Amino acid sequence: MKYYDKLIFELSSEGRQGFSLPQPSYGGTTSDLPENLRRASSVSLPQVSEPDVVRHYTNLSNMNFGVDTGFYPLGSCTMKYNPKINEEVAAMPAFKDIHPLQPSRTIQGVLTIYKELSSSLSAITGMSAFTLNPFAGAHGELTGLMVMRSYHRSRGDFARVKVIVPDSAHGTNPASAAVCGLEVVQVKSTPQGTVDVEDLKPLLDDSVAGMMMTNPNTLGLFEPEIKEIAALVHSCGGLMYYDGANLNPLVGVVRPGDMGFDIMHINLHKTFSTPHGGGGPGSGPVGVTKALEAFLPNPKVVVTPESYLKVYGRSGRPAEDDDMAAGQVSGFMGNFGVILRAYTYILMLGRENVRKVGPLSTLSANYIKESLKDCYHLPIPSVCKHEFVFDGLEDKSTGVTTLDIAKRLLDYGFHAPTIYFPLLFHQSIMIEPTETESKETLDAFIDVMRRIAVEAAENPQTVLDAPHSTPVRRLDETTAARHPILSYKNLIEE
Amino acid sequence: MAFPYFPHTDEDIRLMMERAGVKSFDELYSDVPEEFIYGKEYDLPSAMSEIQVRQYFEKLAQKNIPLTCFCGAGSYDHYAPSVVPYILSRSEFLTAYTPYQAEISQGTLRYIFEFQSIITELTGLDVANASMYDGPTAAAEAMMMALASAKKKTRILLSRTLLPQVLSVIETYAKYHGVQLGYVETRDGVTDLEALRIHLKAGDVAALMVPQVNRYGIVEDLSGFAEELHQQKALLVTYCDPSTLAVIRTPGEWGADIACGDCQSLGMPMSFGGPYAGFLACRQEYLRKLPGRIVGATVDKDGKRAFVLTLQAREQHIRREKATSNICSNQSLMALYATVYVAVMGPEGLRKVNDISYASAHHLHDALLATGLFKEVFDKPFLKEFVLSTTLDYKTLQQALVSNGFFAALRTEEGYLDFCCTEKRTPEQIDALVSVITSLVNN
Amino acid sequence: MAKVIEGLLYSESHEWVKVEGEYAFIGISDFAQHSMGALSYVDMPDVDDELEQGEEFGAVESVKAASDLYSPVSGTVVEVNEALEDAPELLNEDAYSNWIIKVKMSDPSQTEGLMDAASYEQMCEE
Repeated sequence: MKYYDKLIFELSSEGRQGFSLPQPSYGGTTSDLPENLRRASSVSLPQVSEPDVVRHYTNLSNMNFGVDTGFYPLGSCTMKYNPKINEEVAAMPAFKDIHPLQPSRTIQGVLTIYKELSSSLSAITGMSAFTLNPFAGAHGELTGLMVMRSYHRSRGDFARVKVIVPDSAHGTNPASAAVCGLEVVQVKSTPQGTVDVEDLKPLLDDSVAGMMMTNPNTLGLFEPEIKEIAALVHSCGGLMYYDGANLNPLVGVVRPGDMGFDIMHINLHKTFSTPHGGGGPGSGPVGVTKALEAFLPNPKVVVTPESYLKVYGRSGRPAEDDDMAAGQVSGFMGNFGVILRAYTYILMLGRENVRKVGPLSTLSANYIKESLKDCYHLPIPSVCKHEFVFDGLEDKSTGVTTLDIAKRLLDYGFHAPTIYFPLLFHQSIMIEPTETESKETLDAFIDVMRRIAVEAAENPQTVLDAPHSTPVRRLDETTAARHPILSYKNLIEE
Repeated sequence: MAFPYFPHTDEDIRLMMERAGVKSFDELYSDVPEEFIYGKEYDLPSAMSEIQVRQYFEKLAQKNIPLTCFCGAGSYDHYAPSVVPYILSRSEFLTAYTPYQAEISQGTLRYIFEFQSIITELTGLDVANASMYDGPTAAAEAMMMALASAKKKTRILLSRTLLPQVLSVIETYAKYHGVQLGYVETRDGVTDLEALRIHLKAGDVAALMVPQVNRYGIVEDLSGFAEELHQQKALLVTYCDPSTLAVIRTPGEWGADIACGDCQSLGMPMSFGGPYAGFLACRQEYLRKLPGRIVGATVDKDGKRAFVLTLQAREQHIRREKATSNICSNQSLMALYATVYVAVMGPEGLRKVNDISYASAHHLHDALLATGLFKEVFDKPFLKEFVLSTTLDYKTLQQALVSNGFFAALRTEEGYLDFCCTEKRTPEQIDALVSVITSLVNN
Repeated sequence: MAKVIEGLLYSESHEWVKVEGEYAFIGISDFAQHSMGALSYVDMPDVDDELEQGEEFGAVESVKAASDLYSPVSGTVVEVNEALEDAPELLNEDAYSNWIIKVKMSDPSQTEGLMDAASYEQMCEE
């Protein structure tokens, strides 16, 4: 990776042009608009040629690390390989050039994909029906909680305002609950890292709307008492929500719908191989049991008796009388481009290979865990699922922290694991290898992790000062936060 | 049988199991109660080869009817310069995660910084975040942000001229979050200032959200809005089409405090509604309430200029239930789309896109009126989109349009017909559209 | 070792209070600033805001953490320390000479329930 220090604004020169547009065929321009409706200030945007643009962004890309660059063991993020045929399918003009409000009869191909992906997700998870509208995992959580509240309200029960969340949960769980107007109640973990059922029991009463869980949890541990937990929550009238962030190890082995979950979301950008795009676009389909289907948000795809597919509940159309939907969470019907990629992946996998996803990801995680547990502290030594957590180095006397280890990994050409999460330990290093990494890659990572442990003991300063070979070194984040410079205009004023 | 995305040979698996201390895959799931292990065959198609997958999607594609688009309503068929998808296909951008490790994510961090800079320049506001999911969800976040900023005020006013999907999404978020909504009615196709004044008398209004180009395509005149709202310590939030902000008066110039909208109009494929990218910008004083990711400039330990995610203490992974929002993933790659698009277009290209669209839309508008089959609904300035009324039978009209390859004359909930022209619509297409419609009565 | 100053009163949530007549100056303890690390932002209430004892009145933020501030007394905010808006690092430099808010107390007897320096020091050690 090579350091390159330009911003597109700094390549600009008055009068340069990067666009190619036709001449207008008719008279009239926006200058004909009344003056007080027109922009008065000048538009200070870059003026650059097309080669400038290509070279600039190519140079920027050279300072980035992606799954295609190297191993990306980021815990809870499931950085698996993103197949290239997915991209080709998503770029097909027959899908890309479709207006979201086109009449149903002109988009039967599109609607078939919605229908078939939904049924495939149902087959894999055991849920009865899915909406593909949510844009991301956190958005799916919010949508799922809306479904939960709608269900309680439809029964005339307005007192259920609490949602129970384990202390090991992803930060989005409590944040989504708060956006949905629910009060968060935290349940403790046992020393073994799973939900403390004795701590849960007194929390359950008729003010509980439901409970959110990841299973396996953020420590990569399967919740052994899931059956009892679901029964307890159901018996107090609450619903069980499955956070699909950690679905990968269960794919092909266990279905959340069979474990007593009523609502779940899936991150297509984790489990179903669509690229993360530097932080999105993702997609967070929400699945529910039969009893909750009517509460899924609009718009939705319905099948008419003549097996014709129809979009139901588009905004701006008259509401249908029997509509119990939780509402509308997206302008149209979600990130269709991402939906296409995920469906392509499922077709490639097929019913044969889907069985290997969970087991191979789980094997990879256990392989790394067992290969490193003598030099990194493993607080919970049981079999893990797709990921596991070390609590820093085994030898705590070196002064080398989790942050230093993460930064040193960058020097060796690996992305860092997730660090300082979950919050249950002080020096969390959360490693998730996924099923698409070869044994050779895992071995190389293991070697480097061992080498860093040795460096920490013998030459700690090298680790403390890492990274050394990246385009930039550790950043001054405190100054960035104290005196935020958030745009080019701010920057040149400084 | 081997599979292209799984690199493990049988020997690899054997060695890995040996190290992991298990004899079988089943043993890796020994902590899962037996009854939860799914023993049946999955109800999925059999694995396909790439050739079969392509054929499958080609077959599905043929079930769609390709149409030339003359509609807007929140998704616009603008031209995407070839260079934009080319840059987006670079896997260093495409296959990266959120730029938490700044040292190896300077590419992502820089383009987000550029995106923020472009949005602030287009809106005339001080700060912008790294993108939201889409325009309507950005509007819902703007609502929650306005509420958090205006202490002790409880009601959010929405203009009835906002797009239907923007209203629907805001209403959904409001229902669950517990936000009281009010509506400012329409007069002659635009937001009624007089109706706003009446609402403001109650003293409980936190903010008004109003579109700059509204659901009828009309460019709204917001003279007096900011003044009325600010007198009551309420905020002005505008919903905008960023492509148009190169030519129409900006949120900053209208005195808006927050602006939001959808970057789809910056050349993004319509793609049946997504992925697009929402944007959210505000004045400096509301920065702390701005949700989502924000990138700032700083230096590294050697003093080199560098960029980093900043102000993270507002976010869900630190603040949990007290965060400004639950947003985690945004639409980063689509923010890159918007950034490269604007870089290619520049101020002059954006103006031209608007000028050509304006000229074509006005030509189509006049040509449709000249047929005698349509009537003007509002006599108000518009840009690329407008509505007309007609006495033609809607079903017959739609059938004729679709069978001739057009998506046009979308019926709005008021019963008007929506038309839109972008720079992609040619005179031939416009003439053909008009002649399909006139042929309906001539035959 | 975090510093504790005689003559101030302390809360369990690590705020300190200095009483001057009917007014209370409220800040965060040295222990609190130390455990947060380099502070990047102090979120403060508006003047005239009414606070109940134990109510959240703001927060301190570092790059990777945030901690809410709770008012040890009830009353009305009469002043906020504006210097902290541009220089939150003042709290790192000297947590005790930089107060955050000044409150006109509605019930000065509430200060009786707060800890003195010795008890607070003991609490921090535990």
